[in-house]
Order: sequence, then C-alpha cells, then structure tokens
Amino acid sequence: MDLQRLLAWAEPLFGTITDVLPIIAILIGFQVMVLRRPIPNLGRVVLGLVLVVVGLACFIQGLQSALFPLGKLMAAQLTDPAFLGNTGDQEHTPAHWLDYHWVYLFAFAIGFATTIAEPSLIAVAIKAQQVSAGTIAAGGLRLAVAVGVAIGLTIGVFRIVTGTPLHYYIIAGYCVVLLQTAFAPRSIVALAYDSGGVTTSTVTVPLVAALGIGLSSNIPGRDPLLDGFGLIAFASLFPIMSVLGYAQIGAEINRLRARARTKRRQES
Amino acid sequence: MLKALALPLLSSLRDSLRDLTPILAVILGFQYLVLRRPIPDLVGLLGGALLVVIGLTLFVQGLKLALFPIGETMASDFARKGSLFWLLAFAFSLGFGTTVAEPALIAVADEAALVAAEGGMIPTTDAARESYADGLRLTVAIAVGLAIVIGVLRILRGWPVHYLIIGGYLGVVLMTGIAPAEIVGIAYDSGGVTTSTITVPLVTALGIGLASSIEGRNPTVDGFGLIAFASLTPMIFVLGYGMLV
Repeated sequence: MDLQRLLAWAEPLFGTITDVLPIIAILIGFQVMVLRRPIPNLGRVVLGLVLVVVGLACFIQGLQSALFPLGKLMAAQLTDPAFLGNTGDQEHTPAHWLDYHWVYLFAFAIGFATTIAEPSLIAVAIKAQQVSAGTIAAGGLRLAVAVGVAIGLTIGVFRIVTGTPLHYYIIAGYCVVLLQTAFAPRSIVALAYDSGGVTTSTVTVPLVAALGIGLSSNIPGRDPLLDGFGLIAFASLFPIMSVLGYAQIGAEINRLRARARTKRRQES
Repeated sequence: MLKALALPLLSSLRDSLRDLTPILAVILGFQYLVLRRPIPDLVGLLGGALLVVIGLTLFVQGLKLALFPIGETMASDFARKGSLFWLLAFAFSLGFGTTVAEPALIAVADEAALVAAEGGMIPTTDAARESYADGLRLTVAIAVGLAIVIGVLRILRGWPVHYLIIGGYLGVVLMTGIAPAEIVGIAYDSGGVTTSTITVPLVTALGIGLASSIEGRNPTVDGFGLIAFASLTPMIFVLGYGMLV
C-alpha cells in the first residue's frame, strides 16, 4: 500500500483523535485540578478510550469508503427527473408529488436503517434499559426512534417536493409533542426529548443531507442552499413523538393486562 | 481480563452485524429492484460493511469500559465535593469544548455563511463569510455549554423537564416569526448536529450519575434530558444570531 492510500485510511483516525482530545483534556483537567481524586480502574478506562477511538475510526472509514458514496449516488439517481419518467419541460409540466413515490420509500427505509446503526442511540438505549431496570427495553426504544426518523424524513421529503414552508410542519409537530407530553407517563418524557437529539449524528446526517441536496437541486424552483436544510430538523422532531407514543401504548397495554388479571381473579 | 472481554465482544459483534443488516438491505434492495443497476464495487461495499461492524463492536465495548464509568464517577465525585460552581464550570466546558470543534457543525456553519452571503445579509467576500461562520460556531458552542449548565441545575433542583423544554420551544416558535427566513432552516438543523457520538454517552452518564447520587432524584425521570437541552438552545441562539447579524 503506497503512502497516499495509507494517509487516506488514517484520516478518520486522526479526525477521531482530534475529536476526542478536547474532551479528554477537559476530563483530565477537572479530575486533576478540581476533584483531585485518582480515576478508579485507570487501565480499563484507558483501554476503553482506545477502543472508542479505534472503533469510531473504523466505523467512519467503513461508512465513507463504501456505504456513503453508494447511498449518495442512489439519492441522486432516485431524484433525477429522467428516472421519474418526466423528460418534458421541467418549468411548465413539473412532476406531480406522487411521481416521487420511490423517493418517499427510500427516505423512509434509509431513515429507519441508519438510525438502527447510530452509535449514540445505542449508548442511550443501553443506559435507559439499565436505569429503568428493564422496563424500557433497549431494542424497543431503538425501534421506536427509528420509526420516528423514518416517518419524519418521509414528511420532510414531501415538504421539499411540494415546497411548503418548513416552519408550519415544525410548529405543528411541537404542538403534537406538547399534547403527548401532557398524557405520557412521566418517566419517559426526558428520555423521549433526548432521543430527538441523538438520532442525527455519524450515520444519518451525511445521507440525509445528500438526499435533501439531490432533491432540491432537481426540482425547479427549489434552492439547494435554502431547501436542502431542514431535513435534519424533521429527523430530530419525529422520534420525540414516536417514543412518547411507544410509552403511551406500553402503558395502555399494561393497564389493560392489569384489568384483565383482576377480572380473572374476581371470577375465580 | 482477556477472557472477561472475549465473551461480551462476541455477542456485541453479533449485535453489530444485526444493526448493520437494514442499511445493506436498503442499499442492495433499491439498487437491484428499483434502480435496476449492478453494484459498482461489491467487494468494496462488503469490505466497508465489515469495517463498520468491527468499528461498532469496538465502540460499544469502549463505551462500557470508559465513557460510561468516567461520566458516572465524575458525577458522583462532584456531588460528593458539593461545589456548585465547579460542577457548573465542568458542565459548561464539556458542552462548549465538545461542540466548538465538531466537524458536522463546521460544515453547517460554512454552508450557512454561503446562504447568508447569497441572501445579501453579509458581503460576498471570503473574510466576511469566514467571520460569519466563526461567529455562528461560537454561538452554537456557547448555547450547548449553557444547555448542559441549565440541564445540570435542573437535575440538582428537580425541576420537571417539560416546562423548560416547552418554554424553549415556544421561544423557538416566536423567534421563527421574526428571524430572517434564510436562517430558519439552518437554526433548526443546528440543534441536530451538535451532539456527537462521543459527547452523547458521556453527557448521558453524567446526568444519570448526578441523578443517582442526589437523594430524592430518580435516574429515569431526572437523569435524562441533558441532550434535549443541548439540541434546543442552539436553535434559539442561532435564530438570535440571525436577527442580530
């Protein structure tokens, strides 16, 4: 392997290291100067940090070398007017919003799939299961978040296709979240709000951005710089709803089960 | 120690494989069934996928060995020390320090500067764009620092999370009405890009550690919510930045 390829391979590693360095500096600074306590299991912690850096570097390198280029190419191909069968005059006979059905399906599928592989969501789900002593299942939480991102992206793509204003959707979404918060079990509220923020990082953002830019540069009257933004906002808003909904459904099922149990007890 | 590591590593490897399957299925399915084109470099794709699986496995192990314990130990040490000032100083530095150099944020800030120049908000020179992007980055980093500070205070005092979040969202809605239209999309997106893969586990463990070491706090109800603040305040601050600059 020549030097240039080696450097290209090492780039995510350097990127991750520069990402981690400020965090480690802050941690060590406060540990040494303010807390003045030794770190327990220092060896394990250092090994863990090395695993985090190497793991994240491999993860990003794998995504960048293989999955992202293909995903971005697909986003461009699916939004191409020629693929949509609309070869006529774009200005006067624009494609109908239903012509984009494959794009909606792609947005839904890629939103779901990338969220399932999102490392920070895995971390939060592990913690949630641990802290709630298993009442919140890590797998269930991640599925709920992934469905939320999938629905959010589909609606976000619909917005770009139809060119309707972004803030109507976001404000309406917040109103739904408000209503759900009033009725959802208290213990899920903070976690649900958190899941909006964790969904969009390493895996989701690059593919979603490519989809937004591909769409807005192929549809007449859309500006990639203006309309390409906003998809990430959909991907962070809808998981809040889906996680609150997931908890509401879970609570409802438990209530029905409990009622059935007492009924059976009364009968016997 | 090696033996204790090997077993969870294997089951974690299986989990990672399962987590990556949907992406591969979507890409292969769309490529062959919808676009009807061959995969340009199937070997490269599988090699990349293998790298992703290995990377995810190592990351999850490192999470449990390092990031979770560090967050929780520091939280309980700060709680024992009992100095509010230092805890809040730590919270701010963690939020600010992890955000200011975040690559996703740098990318969004540069793009935002382009939008601003095109919209006539700033002169179309490189210097003006650079100072706009830097200002935006600093704004978001301060916003995240403050978010962690507010979030930590909330855990200490036991304030219900939804009043703060709903208040914040109302602020976002009101500011959307008066901010320049060009900044709205960027502001909404900036909330999503601030929380990196290393920050999230650390901040989550910090919140849960604090909620578990303080009497009367429930880790599930009070421990989460820090990330939510970190995604909310950047929106408010970026909208404000758009109105001022």
